[in-house]
Amino acid sequence: MIQGNQRATFYELQDANRRNTVLLILVFLVLVGFLGLGFDFFFWSELTEEPGIRVPFFTGFGLIGGAFYATVSYFGGAREVLASTYAKPARLDDPLEKQFVNVVEEMAIAAGLPPPKSYVVPDSDPNAFAVGRDPEHASIAVTRGLLERLDREELQGVVGHEMAHVRNLDIRTMTLVTALFGATVLLSDFARRGLSMGGGGRRGGRSRSSGGGGGGLVLLLFVLWMLVAVLAPILSRLLVLAVSRSREYLADASAAELTRNPLGLASALRKIAAAHEPTELISQGSAHLCITDPRGLGVNEREGAAADLFATHPPIGRRVALLEGMAGVLGGAPAGDLTLRA
Amino acid sequence: MILLILLGVVVLFAVWLVGQFNGLVQLRNQVQNAWAQIDVQLKRRADLIPNLVNTVKGVMKFEQETLERVMNARARAMGATTITERGAAEAELSQGIGRLLAVMENYPELKSNQNALQLQEEVTATENKVGFARQFYNDVVMKFNTAQQTFPGNLIASSFGFKPSEFLQVPEADRVVPKVDLSLT
Repeated sequence: MIQGNQRATFYELQDANRRNTVLLILVFLVLVGFLGLGFDFFFWSELTEEPGIRVPFFTGFGLIGGAFYATVSYFGGAREVLASTYAKPARLDDPLEKQFVNVVEEMAIAAGLPPPKSYVVPDSDPNAFAVGRDPEHASIAVTRGLLERLDREELQGVVGHEMAHVRNLDIRTMTLVTALFGATVLLSDFARRGLSMGGGGRRGGRSRSSGGGGGGLVLLLFVLWMLVAVLAPILSRLLVLAVSRSREYLADASAAELTRNPLGLASALRKIAAAHEPTELISQGSAHLCITDPRGLGVNEREGAAADLFATHPPIGRRVALLEGMAGVLGGAPAGDLTLRA
Repeated sequence: MILLILLGVVVLFAVWLVGQFNGLVQLRNQVQNAWAQIDVQLKRRADLIPNLVNTVKGVMKFEQETLERVMNARARAMGATTITERGAAEAELSQGIGRLLAVMENYPELKSNQNALQLQEEVTATENKVGFARQFYNDVVMKFNTAQQTFPGNLIASSFGFKPSEFLQVPEADRVVPKVDLSLT
């Protein structure tokens, strides 16, 4: 994983985090599969009086439900998020906002993508986020406070991070993950209802009475499945957050690739971390889209395994350390280059 | 039966081959497009420079030489007939603009001049866009060349006559850090 190696190139870091995302989604699929097929196995036979699975009815139902839940946010999401934050299109007659539009265009060229629409959120807390289901429909929004606090080089780092979310199709990844999350919540809900009606219990009992090693194995599986069903909501929440964090690390590494100046983003993250107020206009549901968690400093700064597990974003200290490691590998850009990019 | 399996294998192979070939063609087109993008940005820069020079000319009395060098480099870049000539002139122009933007900091009058500030931002942005367009070109060239050199792309590239593209080197003039005399402030 990435934690051990603090001096990796942005290519290595991007590869590592892409692998992490794939791995996490596989784990998620296994979770949904186990939960759904288990439900079908233990309860379907109750309804039909036939042993085993004929049609994975509940698995399918859970997946369709999750997909529906995610599709709504996929197509309506961008406009909704922008509207809920009172974001306005950046004004070209304002020097700071014009500079922001220019920086967005620069990063679009570096990423080889059409320039996303630029929005400004009237909030004094520094933050930024990207929305849109694909690069052709993407928008990047920053708060007014971010524009006022960061210099050009730092702004470029932040916009590079958001452009990386757009290029890496993170909205799509998070939609997939949301669908899986919806499916697990639905299935775990079914399971709890089913268990309270006592259906699975009878089934387990009957297997035991049928005797033999096979019956014991079924019972063991049933207990394990029950445990997973009870823990599923929290397990899937943790998986969503872990995917979110892997996309953040990936976006930081991609921002370093786009700007070739990881120190700009590192310095921006430090400034953002130093601003204490939470970004009031950005609601909790869109937290994973932001440059740092909008719910305020506490969530980003708390270290330790437990706090890490429940965060949408990795701790800022570790992100800065990784970015500085990337700068070390780059060998430092020539000074002339930096003044031009600044 | 065996014939059917053989036929299936042949069809699969053909589909795979088409996919590989199309992938390489797509990358080659991306390389060409990225090259054209650099030109677009260079043209935009050439259009902006006279504006900037005219705005700051009156104030920057001690920098007439810098301004002249910028204008001369621009003229040579626009009139260049060979790629080498053009490259050298554009590189000198980049250097001149870098110096001009740096010394502008020494003139407080320019800092209160909205028009000059606006132009300064535009020129900085355009200069960055030139740099990022070059960077993207190199990124795409790296992808294209890697696809041609790794297995199995190398077999397809050699049998269909794909050639690796050349990286844009940073011109010597650009590698030199512009010396800015800050003793004026």
